[in-house]
Order: sequence, then structure tokens, then C-alpha cells
Amino acid sequence: MIDWFTALQIGVAVMGGVLAVVLGLMGRRPSDLTMAFAGVVALLLIVQLAVTIAGPLTGNQPTGSLFEFYIYLISAIFLPVGAGFWALIDRSRWSTVILGVAQLAVAIMLYRMGQIWFIQGI
Amino acid sequence: MTDIAATTSRRSGAGRILIAVYLVLALAATGRSFYQLVSKFDQAPLAYSLSALAAVVYVFATIALIARGPVWFRIAQLTIGFELAGVIVVGVLSLVMPSLFAHPTVWSYFGMGYLFIPLVMPILGLIWLRRHPETRAA
Repeated sequence: MIDWFTALQIGVAVMGGVLAVVLGLMGRRPSDLTMAFAGVVALLLIVQLAVTIAGPLTGNQPTGSLFEFYIYLISAIFLPVGAGFWALIDRSRWSTVILGVAQLAVAIMLYRMGQIWFIQGI
Repeated sequence: MTDIAATTSRRSGAGRILIAVYLVLALAATGRSFYQLVSKFDQAPLAYSLSALAAVVYVFATIALIARGPVWFRIAQLTIGFELAGVIVVGVLSLVMPSLFAHPTVWSYFGMGYLFIPLVMPILGLIWLRRHPETRAA
């Protein structure tokens, strides 16, 4: 895990999450904008997966459990992807809110993953 | 309006948010419980076994919220009620018997590790179910 990249991911996820929740509660259906944020969050998580696989090979080790880290990461990847599919099938305002909830959950999980990687074992 | 609310499905509108949050909670509880059972079971076998039970109940509650029919409605009420009781009981126990229960599980300290979502969600869930009863086969 790379600290600035983690911060970037959390920032994007919080932005996309809050945006989608607010727009959804305002009655907007899933749009290109709200879907795009979820898509970017999912993409960044895939990049994070690559970073995590490469990490120990380049001397970047987690301070906590790599196993636990992977559980969080794999679970996190499912969230924006699942919410995206949900929004494609059910084009209502609630799907927009769910897009937001998924991204906020990813933000929380990334924060937790950051703890596991950077400070847990210290 | 209340008549309409009583006959609309619990899967409509805001009910979908409930289902979505329960899905995330079930996923999170299952993942964390899996990790605890595999890696750290001996540290707190009672707490982590309870955590595994909670995860299973969350999965059932999520399924029951989505599925149709009076039987699943009943199961939704029972599983969500069980969770509410669980988070309150384990919350209290983590305060008064910390050696047994002050370990990071989904119900410890009233779900504090999960932003109290495990405490708030069952309350909202039971209210939602009460307003959208499904007592006859659809």
C-alpha cells in the first residue's frame, strides 16, 4: 500500500459516495456522473490490488496481517461493482443512494486497510 | 398514505437501502469473522464464535429481507430481532466482562467498530418490517 495513493482512493470514494447519496436523496436516477465515480473507485481498487501484489516483492510490507488485508481488499472490490450492476438494473433514485453507500463503505474499508498496512503491527 | 405503505413491498424504495446496507454488513461481518476464525480463534474463542454466528444471522437476515412471502418475512423479523438483542447483550458484556468480550467483533461495544451500524440497522429494519407487513402469501 502506498500512503498517498490510499489517501487519493479514500478521497475519491468519499466524494463519489457523498455525491451519489445526496443526488439519490434528491431524486436523481443513476447518471453517467454517479456511475463514473463508482467506476473510478472500482478501477482504483484494481490498481490497489496490483500494488498490493507487487508490494512485498519490492520491499513494501504490511505491518499487520496481509491475509486480513486481502480479505478487506477483495470484499471492497465487490462493492462498487455490485452497486454498479444494481444501478444498471434498477434505475431508481435508491440505486443512486446505494451507489453512494457502497463507495462510502469502500472509503471506510480503505481506511481500515491503511491501519492494517501502516500501523497495526507497530 | 398509511394504507398504501402497508400494501407496498418491503423491497421498494428506502427498503432497498436497508437491503443494501445489510448486504454490506453481512459481507463485512462474514469476512472479518472468517479471518478471526482462521487466524486468531484461540485468542478469544467465545467472542469470535459469536462473531461467526452473527455473520451467519446477518446473511440470513439479508436474504429474508429480499425474499418474498410470509415465511421469509417472519425469518426477517426473527433474525433482525436476534441481532438487535445480540448487539445490546454483547455490547453490555464487552463493558462488564472485557476479558471475554472486549475483542473487535461486529457486536462489541454496541457495534462501535462498525460506526454503530449494527445497532442502528436492526432498529430501522424492525420499524420498516412493521410498516410493510407481509402476513399472507403474495
